[in-house]
Amino acid sequence: MSDVNSAIDAVWRIESAKVIASLARITGDVGLAEDLAQDALLAALERWPESGIPDNPGAWLMATAKHRAIDMHRRSKLLERKHELLGHELADRQELSVSDLETALDDDIGDDLLRLMFTSCHPVLSTEARVALTLRLLGGLTTDEIARAFLVPEPTVAQRIVRAKRTLSEARVPFEVPRGSDRDERLSSVLGVIYLIFNEGYSATAGDDWMRPALCEDALRLGRILAELAPNEAEVHGLVALMEIQASRLRARTGPKGEPILLLEQDRGRWDQLLIRRGLTALARGEQLGGERGPYVLQAAIAACHARARTAEETDWERIVALYDALAELTPSPIVELNRAVAVSMAYGPATALELVEPLQSEPALKNYHLLPSVRADLLMKLKRFVEAKSEFERAASMTRNSQERALLLERARTCELENQRENKHVGSN
Amino acid sequence: MRFMVMVKATKDSEAGMLPDQKLLADMGKYNEELVKAGVMLAGEGLQPSSKGARVRFSGSKRTVIDGPFSETKELVAGFWLFQCKSLAEAIEWVKRCPNPMPTESEIEIRQVFESEDFGAEFTPELREQERRLGEQMARNAASRQ
Repeated sequence: MSDVNSAIDAVWRIESAKVIASLARITGDVGLAEDLAQDALLAALERWPESGIPDNPGAWLMATAKHRAIDMHRRSKLLERKHELLGHELADRQELSVSDLETALDDDIGDDLLRLMFTSCHPVLSTEARVALTLRLLGGLTTDEIARAFLVPEPTVAQRIVRAKRTLSEARVPFEVPRGSDRDERLSSVLGVIYLIFNEGYSATAGDDWMRPALCEDALRLGRILAELAPNEAEVHGLVALMEIQASRLRARTGPKGEPILLLEQDRGRWDQLLIRRGLTALARGEQLGGERGPYVLQAAIAACHARARTAEETDWERIVALYDALAELTPSPIVELNRAVAVSMAYGPATALELVEPLQSEPALKNYHLLPSVRADLLMKLKRFVEAKSEFERAASMTRNSQERALLLERARTCELENQRENKHVGSN
Repeated sequence: MRFMVMVKATKDSEAGMLPDQKLLADMGKYNEELVKAGVMLAGEGLQPSSKGARVRFSGSKRTVIDGPFSETKELVAGFWLFQCKSLAEAIEWVKRCPNPMPTESEIEIRQVFESEDFGAEFTPELREQERRLGEQMARNAASRQ
C-alpha cells in the first residue's frame, strides 16, 4: 500500500464515524449515510494521490459527502415534483431545505456520534449485526478486518451489514438518543455490544489464538469514546474501568508457547500499570456519580481488587465475595454464581464452594459451558478427589472450542492422574 | 499499537519559557479531541533540562552530569502516549496538533515495542528470562512497600 493510501486509511479511521453520524442525522437513514460517506472516501482515493492530502482532510470528506447529500436531495425533490404532477401524494418525509442541510452539518458532532452508537446497537438488530455495524460505523473497521477478527468469511460480514442497514431502514428506527425508561435498556445494549467485542478479543471463543488483542483495543477505544460522549453514565465508566483493568493483564495471560496463564498464576510484574491506573480512575469516576452500583461498576470493582493486590496471596477474597453477592442480587445468572463460587473457594475453602457449584450442574444455560466442569474440576482437585477432577477436566477440554485452552485443560487432567497415582503409591507403601 | 509522541525542545522551552494563553487553550482543545477519540493514554510536559540530570555509563563506571544539556533539538520537552491502529494514524493525529512552540518545532513519533515485536529474536528462553525479571521486580516492589 502506498503512503498516500495508508494516510487515507488513517484519515478514514479518524473521520468516518463523524461523517457518517452527521449525514445520518440529516438523512435520518444510517445506511444511506454510510453509502454517502463511502462515496466521499472513493472520491478521496481518486483525488488525493494526485492532489495530495488536503490540510483539513476531515472537512474535505465532510464537504464532499455533504454535496452528495444535497445533490441527492435535489434529485429526490425533482422526483417528488414529477410525482406531484402525476397526482401522487408527497412522501411523508421530513421537509428539508438545502440551507438546513448546511447548518445541520456544522452542529456539534458529539450528540450525533452518541445517536449513531445507540442506532448501531438497536435491539431490532441481531447481536452479530450490532457488533458488525458498530465496528464498521464507529470503529472505522473494514468488512475484511471485521471478518478476520471474528473468523468468518468476508461475504458473511458484508451480508450482515447490508441486512442490518436494511432492517434499520424498514423498521424506521429513529436516529436519536433514547430518553426516559427506554434509555437504560438501550444503553445496556450499547455496553453489551462493546463488552462482547472486548471479550471476543480477550478470550477468543474459537481458533488457535487464545487472544486477539487488536479487538480488545477496538473495544477499549469505543468505550473511551462513549465515556466522553455520555460522561454522566456511571455504567459507561464501569465498563471502561473493567476493560482497562482486564486489558492490563493481556501481556501476562499467555506463556512462551501462547498457552493461557490463569489470573492467580500470572506474573504481576507484567501487568500494565498504565492501564491499571486508567482503570482505577475510570472506576472512581463511575463510583463518584453515585446511585446504585450497576453490573459493570461491580465487575470493575472486582477486577480492581485483583489489580490492587501485589501478589495473588494478598487478594481480598472476602471483599470479592461480597461484590459477587451484590452482582448476583442485581443480575442473577448461573455464570455469576459460578464466579462467586470460585471467590468463595478462595475465601472460605473448596468444600463450601463445591456446595454452591453442585446445583449449577442442572442449569440448562451452563450445559455447554466448559468453565463449569473446569471450575468443578479445580475444586475437586483441591479436595484431593483426583479421579473425579481428572474426568471433569477432560469433560471441560472436550467442550471448549479453543485449542490453547483445551491443551491447558488436558494438561491439568494429566496432573490429576499423576497425583492420583502418587497418592495410591503412597497408600500402597503404607 | 502504542506510540510515544515527543515534542522536541527549543531554545525557548529550554529557557523555561511557558506557552502563552492562546497556545495553552489550543493545546487543551487538541488534548480534549485526543481523549474524545480514545487515542490519548497519557501525556505530560517536561521541565527544562537545566532541572534534570544524566547518568553516563562506561563499563562499570557511572558519572552523573547535571543539566542543562547543549543539543537542544535532541531534547524532549513533552510527550504523549497514543493508542492507534497504525503509524499513519499517529501521523494524522500529530498533524492536527497546534505548533507546540512559538518558534519552529518538531514532534517525533516512535512506536512502542510490544513483546510480539521481538519475533524470532525473542526466544522462549528470553521470554522466560523476562518473566523472571518481572517476577523479581514485583517482589522488590512488594518488599519496598
